[in-house]
Amino acid sequence: MTGYIIRRLLWGIVTVVTVSVLIFAIVYAMPGDPVRMIADPRLPSEELDQLRERWGLDRPAHEQYFVWFSNIVRGDMGVSIQTRQPVTRLISARIFYTLYLTGAALFVRYTLGVFIGLIVGVKRGGVLDKILVIGTVVMRSLPNFWLGIILILIFAVYFPVFPVSGYDGLTSVVLPMLALALPLMATTMRLTRSEVLEVMREPYVRTARAKGLHSRVVMFKHILRNALIPVTVVFFLSIPWLIGGAVVVETVFAWPGMGRLLWQAITSQDLPIVQGIVFIIAVITVLSNTLGDIVCALLDPTIRYD
Amino acid sequence: MPEKIKQAFRRFLKNKMFAAGLLMIIVVVLTAIFADSIAPHTYREMDVIHSLEGPSSQYPLGTDRYGRCLFSRIVYGSRLALMVGFMIVAISSAIGIFLGVVAGLMEGLGDNIISYISDVTWSLPPVVFALALVMLLGPSLYNVIIALSLISWPQLTRVVRSKTKSIKNKNYMEAARAMGMGNGRLIFRHLLPNILSAIIVLVTLQLPNAIIASTALGFLGLGTQPPAPDWGVMLNEGMDFIRVAPWQSIFPGLALVWTVLGFNLMGVGLRDVLDPSLPD
Repeated sequence: MTGYIIRRLLWGIVTVVTVSVLIFAIVYAMPGDPVRMIADPRLPSEELDQLRERWGLDRPAHEQYFVWFSNIVRGDMGVSIQTRQPVTRLISARIFYTLYLTGAALFVRYTLGVFIGLIVGVKRGGVLDKILVIGTVVMRSLPNFWLGIILILIFAVYFPVFPVSGYDGLTSVVLPMLALALPLMATTMRLTRSEVLEVMREPYVRTARAKGLHSRVVMFKHILRNALIPVTVVFFLSIPWLIGGAVVVETVFAWPGMGRLLWQAITSQDLPIVQGIVFIIAVITVLSNTLGDIVCALLDPTIRYD
Repeated sequence: MPEKIKQAFRRFLKNKMFAAGLLMIIVVVLTAIFADSIAPHTYREMDVIHSLEGPSSQYPLGTDRYGRCLFSRIVYGSRLALMVGFMIVAISSAIGIFLGVVAGLMEGLGDNIISYISDVTWSLPPVVFALALVMLLGPSLYNVIIALSLISWPQLTRVVRSKTKSIKNKNYMEAARAMGMGNGRLIFRHLLPNILSAIIVLVTLQLPNAIIASTALGFLGLGTQPPAPDWGVMLNEGMDFIRVAPWQSIFPGLALVWTVLGFNLMGVGLRDVLDPSLPD
């Protein structure tokens, strides 16, 4: 078991390094002279050459990569081309908002999704079940940016309960959170329901019922606890999708988070910011995938570790 | 063989979700084919005097800021959505199936290399990676297709690889090999037909995701460029006039949801009939 976890962690590090090479290569392959993009292109060419030497841009690609990567590991992501501010500071000013938005979305999606899935699963069959099956297909067909626009239209323009956009106190998270969480909640609901149906067929559930345990005890202690194993694993594996969605949703709501910063940096070709944010997102993704696999191995004793 | 396909199709049609989805998609396809006769205007015809007007008999769904007919733009947009969706899925499933079969048949190094590439690709959030690629290539319809194709194949590779591994040592494969059948014929006659149902389901479910992703990029201004009638671009333009002309924020999205829902219903229906164990 320990061996598996160590192997999985090493694999995660290998993936992060590969992704960092990719990110560096994408920017390295960009057309155009990086010195002219950062410095004033009207400077005489000798001065541009000096700058090129000072910033190490005249060195071979692999040396530049090592310098860049070791700087990133030490928390130095370079300086924004547009504002000249350190990328690390720009990102850390924004990251709270992204964590707040995605955290709220994860919480609502998970609790509500599991709750609905559990209720429908326990009462299997009937109208509720049909509604859930259709409902999940409809929910996953709602593009988060359009859902966001419709939410703005209803709850900010026609019934001004929430701000149209931006961050104005803690409650302004409600609309972007819903736009982000609802389409993804479909998977949680469907998975919980099918797992609950599966667990309910197990002999220990029948035994618990036959012992005369209260049905609520059986529901939470026996059914829910066992049905949650795969749901938890998927919870971790789906975090990357949530972050990808946050980039779009933050732009719709002018939410001052990291995703919107990424969008702004891409439209203004501010490469250091793009590199930094994509790297952070890749690290979070690999981390949650690794955690998902490890949790899966810890919870499910039947899995093989090789 | 055609009789067999007819039978299978009848089996699918008994699934209500598949039937409903198919009906919805037929509407979209017919709209795309007959766009020229359905749309009262072209998608770029401007009428500035009537800009930002609500639905009327002349402009069934209202107009945008340049006085272009929203209904006509949505109708022509169906061509774009279907084309982009089909192209992304065609390219990415060609990559996905090829790599999956190769990895499944090979043992050792080749298998490991392909699994490594697909793991790394899988570990990047699609929208973020597509954004980075589009920045490198420049925002345009074709670059969106390339970027999204390059990142949507790993799921198919994973499923095809594991199915291939479980099938390749079955008796009928051994028998075919013992009869001296070459690798190419083996793959096309015996291997692919047996994993076809998984491929059909996954590809159908990938179509709506590809359409959502490409319109999302259009919405962010990094995909299809105006004046092309991309539903995402139209929604983006509508955001500026959400108070005065809300129809521009509503109708292109409804068309998008209709199309995506149709494909999702078909895909889920097919999965229930063919292979309920497949992932979403």
